[in-house]
Formats: sequence, structure tokens, C-alpha cells
Amino acid sequence: MGDYSREDEGCPQLFDLIPKWATKRGEERSHGISEERKLELRLGPPGGEWTVKESNTAACGERERDRLLSLGYFPASPCPQNTILKPPSPWQQHHLHPSYLHLQHGQGQVAVSKESPQPCSNRAAAEQTAAEKKAFSAANTAVNNTAQKRTAPASVVGWPPIRSFRKNIASKPASDSTDVAPSKVSNSVENGSRTPFVKINMDGIPIGRKIDLKVYHSYEKLSYAVDELFRGLIAAQKKSCDGGITGEGGGGEMIGGLLDGSGEYTLVYEDHEGDRMLVGDVPWHMFVSTVKRLRVLKSSKLPTLSHGCKQGKLSVNIKE
Amino acid sequence: MDPEPKKGDDSPSNSCNSHGPLHPQSPFPDEVLEKVLSFVDSHKDRSSISLVRKDWYNAERWTRSKLFIGNCYAVSPEIVARRFRRIKSVTLKGKPRFSDFNLVPLDWGANVYPWLVMFAKVYPFLEELRLKRMTITDEGLELLAKSFPRFKALSLSSCDGFTENGLKAIASHCRNLTEINIQDSITEDVGGGWLSCFPENFSSLEILNFSILNGDVNFNDLERLVSRCKLLRVLKVNESITLDELQRLLVHGPRLTELGTGSFPQELTPRQYEDIETAFCNCRNLQVLSCLWEATSVYLPLLYGACASLTFLNLSVAPLQSGEFAKFLAHCPNLRCLWVIDTVEDKGLEAVGLSCPLLEELRVYPADPDDRDHRDGVTELGFLAVSRGCPKLHYVLYFCRRMTNAAVVTIVQNCPNFTHFRLCIMTPRQPDYLTNEPMDEAFGAVVKTCTKIKRLSVSGLLTDQTFEYIGQYAKDLETLSVAFAGSSDWGMQCIMEGCPKLRKLEIRDCPFGDAALLSGREKYERIRSLWMSACRVTMKGCKLLARESPRLNVEVIREEGGNEDQALKVYLYRSVAGPRKDAPPFVLTL
Repeated sequence: MGDYSREDEGCPQLFDLIPKWATKRGEERSHGISEERKLELRLGPPGGEWTVKESNTAACGERERDRLLSLGYFPASPCPQNTILKPPSPWQQHHLHPSYLHLQHGQGQVAVSKESPQPCSNRAAAEQTAAEKKAFSAANTAVNNTAQKRTAPASVVGWPPIRSFRKNIASKPASDSTDVAPSKVSNSVENGSRTPFVKINMDGIPIGRKIDLKVYHSYEKLSYAVDELFRGLIAAQKKSCDGGITGEGGGGEMIGGLLDGSGEYTLVYEDHEGDRMLVGDVPWHMFVSTVKRLRVLKSSKLPTLSHGCKQGKLSVNIKE
Repeated sequence: MDPEPKKGDDSPSNSCNSHGPLHPQSPFPDEVLEKVLSFVDSHKDRSSISLVRKDWYNAERWTRSKLFIGNCYAVSPEIVARRFRRIKSVTLKGKPRFSDFNLVPLDWGANVYPWLVMFAKVYPFLEELRLKRMTITDEGLELLAKSFPRFKALSLSSCDGFTENGLKAIASHCRNLTEINIQDSITEDVGGGWLSCFPENFSSLEILNFSILNGDVNFNDLERLVSRCKLLRVLKVNESITLDELQRLLVHGPRLTELGTGSFPQELTPRQYEDIETAFCNCRNLQVLSCLWEATSVYLPLLYGACASLTFLNLSVAPLQSGEFAKFLAHCPNLRCLWVIDTVEDKGLEAVGLSCPLLEELRVYPADPDDRDHRDGVTELGFLAVSRGCPKLHYVLYFCRRMTNAAVVTIVQNCPNFTHFRLCIMTPRQPDYLTNEPMDEAFGAVVKTCTKIKRLSVSGLLTDQTFEYIGQYAKDLETLSVAFAGSSDWGMQCIMEGCPKLRKLEIRDCPFGDAALLSGREKYERIRSLWMSACRVTMKGCKLLARESPRLNVEVIREEGGNEDQALKVYLYRSVAGPRKDAPPFVLTL
């Protein structure tokens, strides 16, 4: 699930493309639905790769834009082969335009004709019980229909309208049994079967994230992931301080040197005893089993960076 | 110092002489009028009263003690200070609601600081401050803490801008504090040290809610605080407090009417389990219970003892499966308000229909809003089941991935008393999944059947027909949220021309252009605000509207890229204060 790699976010040229396209399409639309049928792009399932069909130079033709009705954004500069696009996260408010492709269902025609109001009210009474029966009896077939109709996830800024803190709730794995007898003995709940998400916060970013450590099999991958997670947010933060208009598009600088103290930021973690430790000292699997929480702190705020196991622990209250 | 201000030249007793020959002198001495008015609390009523005649206007302004400002930019601190003289409680709302969903850039505004400066000068006896979607910095909190010796209640909902230091100032200086209530707010990684700053002899706290903050709190200090605040009735802790720590706090359980649990540990010894179970049974008077993340099935039964008198159960950040949820519900027969996550699925909602006959409000949040896991969540069936078992339902917020017109028609027949109907079919422009038709008839049924509807959020594939229905039938509608809907300008026109009580309108990603925008030109001064984003409105249209309407602030939020002619984010609102003076560079006031 977390295996996406990502192009630079929010290349500036992109913003030229999307609004024009959106306006253009808007003008084309009569009732809107039938036009869009032709322009529909089917996207791959989540976890798969979204391949960009043709190279996306800044001089993308109109026709091509119409074809490439993809969600979110795609890099405007020529991409290397096997460009993999991650669905943009809702955090990146500065990088996405609200205009984007809506999703259509794969099959079935949409009735576009306006319904006249009268038949509705006459029919309504008669149809109620019928409707309810239809709803239930058709449920099975409908489920199949739905599964087929379900297109790739839509990652649009601010949609669905859910507050940020509700988005990070890790849902329980479907295999959790609801019939577990409430055993009062302590080892009824295995560490491994619980969701492995840990929270990660970064200095200067108000919103934390949760990440699944099981996906990264090494410190290097974790460091890379942290860079990806926060790079855009840091850039967005800086941009907003500038008033949001100045400067280049927010690709952001890479957040490097997280593990060796050489960068502007350092990655630390808190273990189950609440102690703060530098990330990278213990073998990876040991780290995964003891880590409770991650933090990305400004290196300047840390005391002398010492390595080694508990002797090197940071017993510092970073906040003033 | 006497809190009663001296009455100046504009005092009511002088105003009787200004009545013309057509107006007889008021039959009431001013003192009587003022005494009567002192019982009128509602700001809407007071607004009406102030419009009757000049002496009533004056009597009202002398006696108003609670200030409600629904849009902080509709009026200015100076204007408020001139009109009202003795304010004890202020409620201020700032950013447009879509800022909750990241549609409004950071630093947009709504900083409360200038208000606090004015309050410090004019209302030194301020007791309550309630903010929603505003920015309050540490500086602001410090000013607040030091300027108002009688300050009692601080409530921050969806606010941002502060850190632990601001809260420390509040805790240290506000001797008479009864309420700290922080909800839904985004903060810097706020540490928990502020909780330890209450003085040892401080004991007036009645409401303590810090569940959204993620700093680690010193448990011992919290325990001491809770035990010396004998009036504490609302306690909502954050994740840093574990269940066994909570158990120690629940020694004071019988006093509590509202409880928010902390985190649930991975392991409990049998002894701990028993102690916690007893502690929750101790909470005999609990009306409101909210649970935080990861309330696993093993530990839910611990809470049963606290649920007998529960009226509001908030599981909106605690994903449960249907089985454990149904068992839980069996212990909550008096529920009136329920917030859950869709992991309970339709089966869980069937249990709601069976176990909660008194239910009035239901909110079902999605566990997986971005559809990464392709889980089904809840469907129209769950909603139907609830409507059958809960005839008193009048408030619903429902996130789902499929819905049918027929289901909604049946639902509103089962529950015709809806006042708030917020249905979010999460895939934009999705039709009725059985018939493939637009969802027009669903919302048509809502507005035709539910005559008292005040708030509506629409979704799914919708043509202008939906808006025709709304304009025609929803005569009491006050708030409308529209996204990815409509076919032409006509849709928005129907709304602007049809809903006489409309106050707040928010629209995104709809094919409404300048004609639609301008169709409401007569209306905009009668509503609080309009938000339109990713529609087809142009700068020309906005400028035209702005020119015609001097008492409207028409603001366009400029973001990177984008065509110069398009107005991709428009926020307009009535104001007597003129254009904002604190607008950031990316907000253009036309």
C-alpha cells in the first residue's frame, strides 16, 4: 500500500494545464454527461501503477489533455519511463486545483433527459413498496455492479469533506474477529496483530501523519518516505508565508541527512518506555517492535547527537 | 470597579424627546424595559428587538451581555465597541467552513488578536470567549490571560495558531477558569506541560476537554487537578492518558456527565481489568461518552457500566466492527445522538435501528475517505434500517459510496422531521446505483417531505432539477452545501430566487457562472456568506457584483497558476466594516 514513489509535486506548468482544460470542457458540455462518456479515462486499481500514456511536455496538445483526464496532477516535464503517480494526498492544498476529472461509472448509460416533476409524485406512492423490494432483492446483483463500477480512488482537495484529523484513523484489519471472548489475560492481544501505524510529527508542521512501518524494510526507505511525506508540506508552509504567489512551484527541497545528523532535520523516535532515541541505532526489526512514535526534529534543537543504545537516549523536552 | 458603565449622552432617558408627534412616548420606563430585556438571551431575538424603535435599540444595547458574531469580518471591533457597553461573553466565527477541508490557504486571516485588544479596553469583565475557525496565537492567549480578571471560559473549535505556551498563560493566570474546551483544532505539536501550570489552589474547573491535543500530559498533575476541582463535570482527555490512568481519575466518576477516554492499552492484567470495570460502573451520571482510537473489542465491555444514562455516544474516531458495536449498543438504551465510523457497516446500523428508538441524531463517518482499501462501508440499506427503527431522527450526516433515490424517498417517509440532512455520496457525480438516474428525486423527496429542513448537503449526480425542487419546497432552508452538481446557471438561480431564509451557501465544482452569481445580487446582503470554488465564475462577474454592492465584500482567493480571468475561489459576505484591512496578498477584495 505504501509502495508509491513520486515525482516532484506540483510542477508549475501543471497549473496552466488544468484550469484551461477545465474551462474548455465546461464549455463543451451541454448536459454534460454524454460528452464526458467519451472523455472518460479508466484508471488502474489502487496499488497498481498509474502510467502516464505519453510524455507530458509543457506543450501538451489539447487532444492529449482531453485524453489524459487523470486525477490530481501529472508532471509537466518529460517523465522517465514507468512514471508512477501517487494519488495526491489531501494535505497538499497548495498543489492541487479543485478542478479535476470527476469519476464516471464504467458501465451503464446515464439518463440525461430532465424528468418532468409530475410523474414523480404520482408514481412515488405506488413505487414505494416496490422500490423497497427492489432495493433489497437487487442488493446482490447490485453489489457486483458496484464492484465493477468502482473506479480508482478520487483524491481531490477537500473531498470528501472530512476534517484532517479524521482522515488518519487506521481502520482495523478485516480479519479481526468479533467473537473473541474477552479474555482478561494480558497476552490475548498480540503486538503483531494490531495495526502497525505509528504517528509521525515534524517540527513546524501542525498536522502529523501516520505511517505503516511494516512497509519499509530498512531505515533508508523510512528516511526516504519521511522526506516524501513532509517535503511538500514544508514547501507549502514556506509558500504560504510568502503569501502563496511568489516563487517557484513547490517542489520543495529534499529533507536529507535524517539519520546521521548531517541534515537540517533529524529523525527520532519514542519507545514504549517513553524515551526518545535517535533512529538508526538498533537493528530494524527491533526498532519496529519498540517504536511507538516518530518525530522529525530540527537538528539544531537537539543536544549533542550521540549514538548507541539507551546510553544515547535523548531525555530532553524539546519544547520550551 | 463597578461593572455598570455610566450612561452617556446617548442614554435611553434622553431619547424619548426625539420621538416625532406620531410616536407616543414609550409606556415603559426605561428601567422596566431594560429589566425585561435582561431576560432575553437569544441574539436573534435581540436583533429583532433592536429594530423596533430607537429607545428599544438603546435599551437592547445597554443590556446585551452575550455577543454573537457569525462572521468576524462582517463588523469591526470598533463598531462593536461603540454599540455595546457591557459584554461578558463573546462568540466569534471566522473562516469559511471549507477551510476545515483545506480549501482555504493558511494565513487567510480571522486572527482574533485585534478583537482581544479591543475587548481588553472596553470589556474588562469579559468572562467567556468562544471561537470557531479563527486563528489565535500565543500572543493572543497571553493577552487574554492577563487582561480579564474574571475570565472563565475558553472554547476553541476548529482553531489554529497557538502552542503550549499560550495555554500555559491561560492556566497560570486565569484564577476563575471554569472551562477549557478545545475541539477539532489544528495546533502545533502542542506539548502537555500547560496542564501542570494550574496553581495548587486552583479548583474552579468544570469543563476540561483537551482530547484533540497530542502533547503528553503529566498524569500526576492531571490527577491532582481533577481531585481538587470538585465541580468538574466534563473531562475529555487525550491519547497520552491510558485506560488504567483514566481509571484513577474515575474515582471522581459520579460527578462526571461527559467523559472522553484516552487511549486503550495493549495489555491489562486481570486486576487492572476489574478495577477499570468498577471505575466505569462508578460513572452513574454519564450522558456523553467519546472514545479515542483503537477501542478494541476486548476492552469495550469495560465501558458498559457507564452507559445506562448515556444520551450521546461519540465513536467517530474509534473504528468498531458490527458485532462488537451491536453488543455495545445493547447497553445504551437512551441514546439520542450517535457518531460512528462506517466500519460498523450496514449490520451495525441495523443494530442501531433495533436498539436506539430514541435516536435523534446520527453521523456516520468514513474510515477510508480516499477509497484506498475499497471497503464498502455503509450503503442505503443501513440508512434505511436506521430510519425504520428511529422515527425521531432529525439530524443525519451520512457518508456512503452508494445510494438510491428509492431508499431516500422511503427514509424521509419514515422520518419526516429532518432538520439537517447531509448526505455525502463519496464519489462525485455518482448516480443512483440501481437505476443509473440522477439523484434528483432523492433530494426532491427530502425537501418535499421534510418541511422543516434547515440544513442540506447534496451529493451524487444532480441536475438542475434538484435545485428547482430545493428552491420550490425548502422554504426554511438556512444552510446549503453543493458539490459537483447541477447542469447550468439555472440551478443556482433557483436557489437564489427560491429560498427565503437562506443564510449560508457553499458551492464547489459546479457549472455555475457569472449569470448564476449575479442572479443573487439582491439576496447577498441578506445572507451571511457565499463560497464558490471551482465554478465558472470570472473576475469580470465578481467585479460587476462588487461594484453594484457596496455593502458586500467580494473576495477572490488567488492561487498559483490559473487563468487571470477566472475567479476560482470566491468568498463574498455582507459587511458594515468595509473591505478587510488584514487581507493577505493572495486575497483580492474587489
